[in-house]
Amino acid sequence: MIVPPPYQLALSAVLFTLGMVGVLVRRSALIVFMSIELMLNAVNLALIIFARLRGSEDAQVLVFFVLVVAAVEVVIGLAIIVDMFRSQDTVDVDEADLLKG
Amino acid sequence: MAGAVLFTVIAALALAGGVGVIASRQPVHSALSLLLVLGSLAVDYLLLGAQFIAVLQVIIYAGAIVVLFVFIIMLLHARGEEDLTRRAVLPPAAAVSLGAAFGLVLLIVLAGIAPPPAAVDARFGTVQNVGRILFSRFLLPFEAASVLLLIGMVGAVALGKRLPARSGSLPRGASPAAAGELRR
Repeated sequence: MIVPPPYQLALSAVLFTLGMVGVLVRRSALIVFMSIELMLNAVNLALIIFARLRGSEDAQVLVFFVLVVAAVEVVIGLAIIVDMFRSQDTVDVDEADLLKG
Repeated sequence: MAGAVLFTVIAALALAGGVGVIASRQPVHSALSLLLVLGSLAVDYLLLGAQFIAVLQVIIYAGAIVVLFVFIIMLLHARGEEDLTRRAVLPPAAAVSLGAAFGLVLLIVLAGIAPPPAAVDARFGTVQNVGRILFSRFLLPFEAASVLLLIGMVGAVALGKRLPARSGSLPRGASPAAAGELRR
């Protein structure tokens, strides 16, 4: 391992933080969704780093499952966004307040 | 040495892409920035000895998920853009400082629990090794994942179908004004 682990982990932490800021700041459901993907990838990177540090491939299998769940999540999430756009003509998450009462 | 240089380039590209995802005005620019992040992370996975996951990252994430995003952006066209005139619930400055504090804590915790690198052989992270674990100790989760994929498929078909307007729900294709009326 040529690159020191703290630098790798720093990349993971910063990417996760960027995703979090995106979820907090943006209002377009599509961008919020992409920010969530960014956070998932940051976590995947952390898992891969720790798999390498510990010399065990178990975390890589976990990343495989994260990939599967992310694929399903994107399919369902985008279907919901399209449905929201059809019924409300917007993908602004602040406008999605039908359940607000 | 070459690895360190490569990692610096990867990290710079990934961070630029990450900023691009959250800062782009156009959703399609965000999607392309996401592609940049995913691609550079795939190379980083190679550096970390995870060849199988790197390939999966390119095939599933870059190949399937980003394409799906671009499709939906195309479908929603320009009408899916944000109204930037309205004030955000959380001011961007507050969100960024909150994020910076969170990132710092995350980094300290992560670096604190990192064990010293273990020695691994050249076969670490190959399809053979990962596949052997996947189909022995993780066989049940693997089967559950296939059921999950089926559920996702059925769910997407069910959600994508144009249902007739139910009583009490918004009529499909209603104008935003009419939708607002109904909500009030």
